[in-house]
Amino acid sequence: MGHPLIDLVNISKSFDGTMVLDDLNLSVKENTFVTLLGPSGCGKTTTLRIIGGFETADTGKVFFNGEDISKLPPNKRQLNTVFQKYALFPHMNIAENIAFGLKIKNKPKAYIQDKIRYALKLVNLDGYENRSVDSLSGGQQQRIAIARAIVNEPKVLLLDEPLGALDLKLRQDMQYELIRLKNELGITFIYVTHDQEEALTMSDTIVVMNQGYIQQMGSPEQIYNEPENAFVADFIGESNIVPGIMLRDELVEIFGAKFACVDKGFGTNTPVDVVIRPEDIDLVDPSQGTLTGVCTHLIFKGVHYEMEVTTPDGFEWLVHSTDMCPVGKEVGIHVDPFDIQIMNKPASEDEEAVGVNE
Amino acid sequence: MSKKLLAGPYLIWMTGFIVIPLLLIVYYGLTDRTGAFTLANILSIATAEHAKALWLSLGLSLMSTVICLLLAYPLAMILRNRQMGQSSFIVFIFILPMWMNFLLRTLAWQTLLEKGGVINGILTALHLPNQNLINTPGAIILGMVYNFLPFMVLPIYNVLCKIDDNTINAARDLGANFAQTLWWIWFPLSVPGVISGITMVFVPSLTTFVISNLLGGSKILLIGNVIEQEFTKGSNWHMGSGLSLVLMAFILLSMALIAKYDKNGEGSTF
Repeated sequence: MGHPLIDLVNISKSFDGTMVLDDLNLSVKENTFVTLLGPSGCGKTTTLRIIGGFETADTGKVFFNGEDISKLPPNKRQLNTVFQKYALFPHMNIAENIAFGLKIKNKPKAYIQDKIRYALKLVNLDGYENRSVDSLSGGQQQRIAIARAIVNEPKVLLLDEPLGALDLKLRQDMQYELIRLKNELGITFIYVTHDQEEALTMSDTIVVMNQGYIQQMGSPEQIYNEPENAFVADFIGESNIVPGIMLRDELVEIFGAKFACVDKGFGTNTPVDVVIRPEDIDLVDPSQGTLTGVCTHLIFKGVHYEMEVTTPDGFEWLVHSTDMCPVGKEVGIHVDPFDIQIMNKPASEDEEAVGVNE
Repeated sequence: MSKKLLAGPYLIWMTGFIVIPLLLIVYYGLTDRTGAFTLANILSIATAEHAKALWLSLGLSLMSTVICLLLAYPLAMILRNRQMGQSSFIVFIFILPMWMNFLLRTLAWQTLLEKGGVINGILTALHLPNQNLINTPGAIILGMVYNFLPFMVLPIYNVLCKIDDNTINAARDLGANFAQTLWWIWFPLSVPGVISGITMVFVPSLTTFVISNLLGGSKILLIGNVIEQEFTKGSNWHMGSGLSLVLMAFILLSMALIAKYDKNGEGSTF
């Protein structure tokens, strides 16, 4: 999908002696929806602010279309930002807010009028020109913030947790709206969020970050189905992460039971981490299970039941299933080979940086 | 009911020390020594001496307000963009002189500016010609700016602190350079603070007589001095009250003019 539009090369940044970004490299291709995902303090917002020009990296360079923009102030960069709390200009009405960037660039009046009308239509707020900022709800203000950014026809739109302040239903509506906007406008979105569901819904590419490092980068499916380390597996969705021993290719031993899997290349008798998603565990008759345990917890979640099955070694397996298993009943655990994801054990106690080479 | 009772002490205070004195001033201003109604006290503002003092007062206080604004705005902006701990220390240093007696501070300037004062002493030591500093309009403006500058800085600083960083970032992001951000974002959003500041510098400057007494000598009469003299030396309370009323009218007029430009009404003190 297109050529690289933004390249971050060896970016490091620290605040008051605390390392926030450590030698970060990231390449964003044209016309993609890239999400920086991670817990608070992982460096995702700092990365975005460095791209936008609101923060200067201690070391490293930012390239835009092959051109070094590391030293350019924000007003000289061909990208626009949608801020977390909208940051609309409170002393201007909606039309003036949207027109701001165009007025600064001395565009003709008629052009600006057309653009305002077009942008308001795009965000489904036609006729709001003369409203004041205060009179709009949070969701409407956020849509105006997006309109204000896109009238400038940026190549890249930076979005800093733009839906964070909205309630769930509105957030979901806005997610679809953002996907539609991205497809209609054909511009690159770089989106920062800590909400993994949001990231999975909207992104072409997800960059999972933790403690200033990129943990994994890939499509939503790759990130969810093939997490490269325990942090990613744990952060994206719910998962059972258990220690295992890779006996040989396509065979892993967990708590003394042998499971067939599809992973290769880990050598023989190698200690590994095994990720099994709760919805991938099938509860079967004890005689047919690879492992057996007792159901110790049961909660009805609406779409499915959430259960905990404790195996004799004391591990509590999280299980999602539409079939109910009463507490106290003995059950067998079965997992299909392709639902087992094998990961190397981290080299150190900390979540180690995972090099991303594309 | 209980809430109304709580306001009681203030109501008594307000009646005794604000409303009644004000009514007395109005009474004195509109009567002569025999107690008969007259407009002569008010109209006496038109006499050459009084009119001159009024115009001079308006001119000097306007000038010191403008100087205060020009000094205070950049300072407030610098303070706002500092980190919290740093800026509050600077603000503290800034208001520290305000805890010293107002008269003392002005007297200090007198000592500095006098013919044989500190500044001329330094000039003499450097073999430079002595300057006539005291008893000039410039000295009065200096005194006003020195004494009232904090009253301009603080409200502007407060209002600038309320502006969200991201509002400024958004303007930069949309292509505005520093000057454009200043003009389109900083200035309009800080109008309430600027108006409070102007009010708090202009009004005391216009009515002062201490600063002009100490730094202007007897040569320069401001309207404040004229009124003071009517009360103290001339013992003509009627004339003094009449002129006070005229001065109040001028203050109200200028505040109304400013308020016209303050759409939100946040900053006006009335």
